[in-house]
Amino acid sequence: MDLKLRVWRQGGAAGPGGFKEYDAKGISEEASFLEMLDIVNEELTMAGEEPIAFDHDCREGICGTCGLMINGQPHGPQQGTATCQLHMRKFNNGDTIVIEPWRALAFPVIKDLVVDRSAFDRIVEAGGYISVDTGSAPDANLTPVPKEAVDAAFDAAACIGCGACVAACPNSAAQLFTAAKIGHLNLLPQGQPERLTRTAAMVDTMEEYFGSCTNHGECESACPQGISLDYIAQMNRDYLKAQLADLRRSGQK
Amino acid sequence: MTITLDSKVPAGDIAEKWDNHRFSIRLVNPANKRKYKVIVVGTGLAGASAAATLAELGYEVEAFTFHDTARRAHSIAAQGGINAAKNYPNDGDSIHRLFYDTVKGGDYRSREANVYRLAQVSNEIIDQATAQGVPFARDYGGLLDNRSFGGAQVSRTFYARGQTGQQLLLGAYQALARQVGLGTVKLHTRSEMLEVVMKDGRAAGIVTRDLTTGEVASHSAHAVVLATGGYSNVYYLSTNAMTCNVTAAWRAHRKGALFANPCYTQIHPTCIPASDEFQSKLTLMSESLRNDGRIWVSKTADDTRPATQIPEDERDYYLERIYPSFGNLAPRDVSSRAAMRMIEQEKGVGPLKNGVYLDFADSISRLGKDTIQERYGNLFEMYQRITDENPYQVPMRIYPAPHYTMGGLWVDYNLMTNIPGLYSIGEANFSDHGANRLGASALMQGLADGYFVLPYTIGDYLADFLNTTPVPTTDPVFVEAEQAVSDHTRKLLDTKGSRSVEWFHRELGKIMLEHCGMARSRPGLEKALSEIPALREEYDKDVRVLGEADDLNQALENAGRVSDFFELAELMCQDALDREESAGGHFRVEYQTEEGEAKRDDVNFSHVSAWEYQRGGPATKHAEPLEFEYVKLAQRSYK
Ligand SMILES: Cc1cc2nc3c(=O)[nH]c(=O)nc-3n(C[C@H](O)[C@H](O)[C@H](O)COP(=O)(O)OP(=O)(O)OC[C@H]3O[C@@H](n4cnc5c(N)ncnc54)[C@H](O)[C@@H]3O)c2cc1C
Ligand code: FES
Repeated sequence: MDLKLRVWRQGGAAGPGGFKEYDAKGISEEASFLEMLDIVNEELTMAGEEPIAFDHDCREGICGTCGLMINGQPHGPQQGTATCQLHMRKFNNGDTIVIEPWRALAFPVIKDLVVDRSAFDRIVEAGGYISVDTGSAPDANLTPVPKEAVDAAFDAAACIGCGACVAACPNSAAQLFTAAKIGHLNLLPQGQPERLTRTAAMVDTMEEYFGSCTNHGECESACPQGISLDYIAQMNRDYLKAQLADLRRSGQK
Repeated sequence: MTITLDSKVPAGDIAEKWDNHRFSIRLVNPANKRKYKVIVVGTGLAGASAAATLAELGYEVEAFTFHDTARRAHSIAAQGGINAAKNYPNDGDSIHRLFYDTVKGGDYRSREANVYRLAQVSNEIIDQATAQGVPFARDYGGLLDNRSFGGAQVSRTFYARGQTGQQLLLGAYQALARQVGLGTVKLHTRSEMLEVVMKDGRAAGIVTRDLTTGEVASHSAHAVVLATGGYSNVYYLSTNAMTCNVTAAWRAHRKGALFANPCYTQIHPTCIPASDEFQSKLTLMSESLRNDGRIWVSKTADDTRPATQIPEDERDYYLERIYPSFGNLAPRDVSSRAAMRMIEQEKGVGPLKNGVYLDFADSISRLGKDTIQERYGNLFEMYQRITDENPYQVPMRIYPAPHYTMGGLWVDYNLMTNIPGLYSIGEANFSDHGANRLGASALMQGLADGYFVLPYTIGDYLADFLNTTPVPTTDPVFVEAEQAVSDHTRKLLDTKGSRSVEWFHRELGKIMLEHCGMARSRPGLEKALSEIPALREEYDKDVRVLGEADDLNQALENAGRVSDFFELAELMCQDALDREESAGGHFRVEYQTEEGEAKRDDVNFSHVSAWEYQRGGPATKHAEPLEFEYVKLAQRSYK
């Protein structure tokens, strides 16, 4: 199939950016979206133009490195699918495809389609863990965990940290990402001792970088892992508790 | 440099070696630990777990990754599971059995003492990960569940849906993030190590290139740990993530670190077959699928009927037929070669006739679709997204693909390379798996190294350097290394040739797959050894890398990595040629049993081949003899 691409090209965070048009000719339907870009890049290289910079790695939808705004949709038209798992059979011959980086103040553009998502790491560093030093763990079967609880924790833990939720949000909020991390840990017995302090620290850090949530729900539909908005409700509940509870007497400080 | 290969395996009964060793090595007192600085390169399972644990112990740690965050390391992609000798299912497992299975699975080419220790600490890994919040699968009573993997007759594999690597890495990443938050680890992301720096014969630090700004910088420390993963991408197409590479290990090799058993590579039997030339990588379908899927081809060659129209009695379930006791769970090397033979007999399936079937119809009718979905749902979805076929209705098509590298930097029992102060852990080293790795054992090894071995053994080396400061980065050894990095970058940009880096990488991959892949022969390897240097010469003259050195430049990053793959490829072929036997993943067609199985030569090749880099000439070999006291050497049989 033959396609027209309108691709965002930008030198650096401060540099001006703009769209450039490229032809992608003779692309197989079996190719993945990123393989299509590989082909375009090889042609650009041969023509003496610097290839389009884009982030990617596993190409299996699990590392969360890839992430492109495709025709205005984070990760493109296929629900529950990261950019690298999108295949060209989802497009039609002759289509024009607009490709942009994630756009959010907290994700500055590094170059072309590559953005800096390190604000996510700051949120995790603030409390997205269970404090257990190596070697101090009890036997793994000491604490049975109801299967339903593990499954619910897992659904949140499946987050790949790609940032599509932020890119989709009109406010560039990071509620879904933060709630997923908090939900994963707060739903497990192992996560209880730090439940409220964790929630408060992570939410406060999130707010230093990202916008506020106004319940649009765009994040959920953009999420390649289909993470549910319910986790945001749970996070808000825990955050409120953290504000109201006597943390010392509830064993959290 | 004169090299003595001392494995430093402690004396005593195998079950007591690790305990005795921990007692006899020197400790660093807790108050003194903060006086030592350790560099950890790589933040995958091995690197993140090591960096976090070292910091918890009190060391000052600097960690480096070329990824944009530690959570992206290729470990994230591991699907199937992690082994441990817990024996929760009460099916006869034990530390000794895990040890035995691993040595046997590795075709008797690993160091017994290392493998035993690995089995010993395996249980602690499960405890640690569970305490961190890793959501391993559980049964309805809330206790941990297990499944079986190839090469084992017990269920000892812990798993987290089909995303075990993701969940374990998130556990290690969170432990690391906690230390970063506490200020005990300084983490450099988008930062690629390009040189190991030595002073007076010891590791003194590293030189990195900042991938966003191109800045070349030096970092010094009392010790350096390389946890930089495996080199399957030398084949171009593999199941590894696109940026996996050998550069860190190779640059250390060029500085004198021995590279052990480079020819031991693993071809994984269950990957989605390639669909075309433009394909950039191959996708693994976890081996765990072989618990419930049956592998077959048509009994007739060139059968063009769709799978569902081939009647039961015209199907050849060849693994069940040839290996009745292990059946579909025969080890990876054995299953891969069996698939290769089916394709050679023109029994391949799919449009390019490059696959075999993995069929779930029986399991679905026995267990119901829901159970299968529960176990493998995300893998089935992934398969369907890639192939547009529904594996609940038609069998999957699978084929072997390069997946894992058992070879790597030579290390002793302490995980130190032959360069004092330079350590290597995880897939980057050569330890523990011999000539073939069993499924679910890489995650185990990476985390054993990072959480439970290196953080203790490193103290024994550091103890000598109390109250010394690391070599200053203004020292000429650092200045020269920085210059070498800048010169190499300049050279790549100045070549201004006519072909892309990918083109060369693809060509190299074809040579390696054909001659140093699933089957190897003297004439093939000799051919590869003449083709690779010729292609490399062309690369040096004709590669085209556009853009600048002081900017994000992905083609430039890749060009440096491919340069190292060229040199590695030659060493792999040299090693494969030298090893005149078949063992595990290294199959020399000249050395096989009458039934076509790998035939070892224990008299001449029961050793580790550790290669020393020689500038401008072929590498020289040092042999570390392997002794087997506790496992009896035997022809592997999975019948
Ligand atoms: C698809 C797939 C599925 C798998 N499934 C399983 C499984 O089910 N069970 C199992 O046991 N094993 C499995 N494996 C194998 C296992 O995942 C790997 O062997 C293991 O995760 C490697 O971990 P590591 O920490 O050694 O390296 P990696 O996770 O590869 O990490 C390497 C790190 O080093 C960094 N790095 C590398 N070079 C440099 C440099 N020059 N400068 C700076 N940083 C650098 C990278 O940024 C990264 O952080 C699987 C492998 C694949 C490919
Ligand atoms: S490249 Fe890893 S999720 Fe897309």
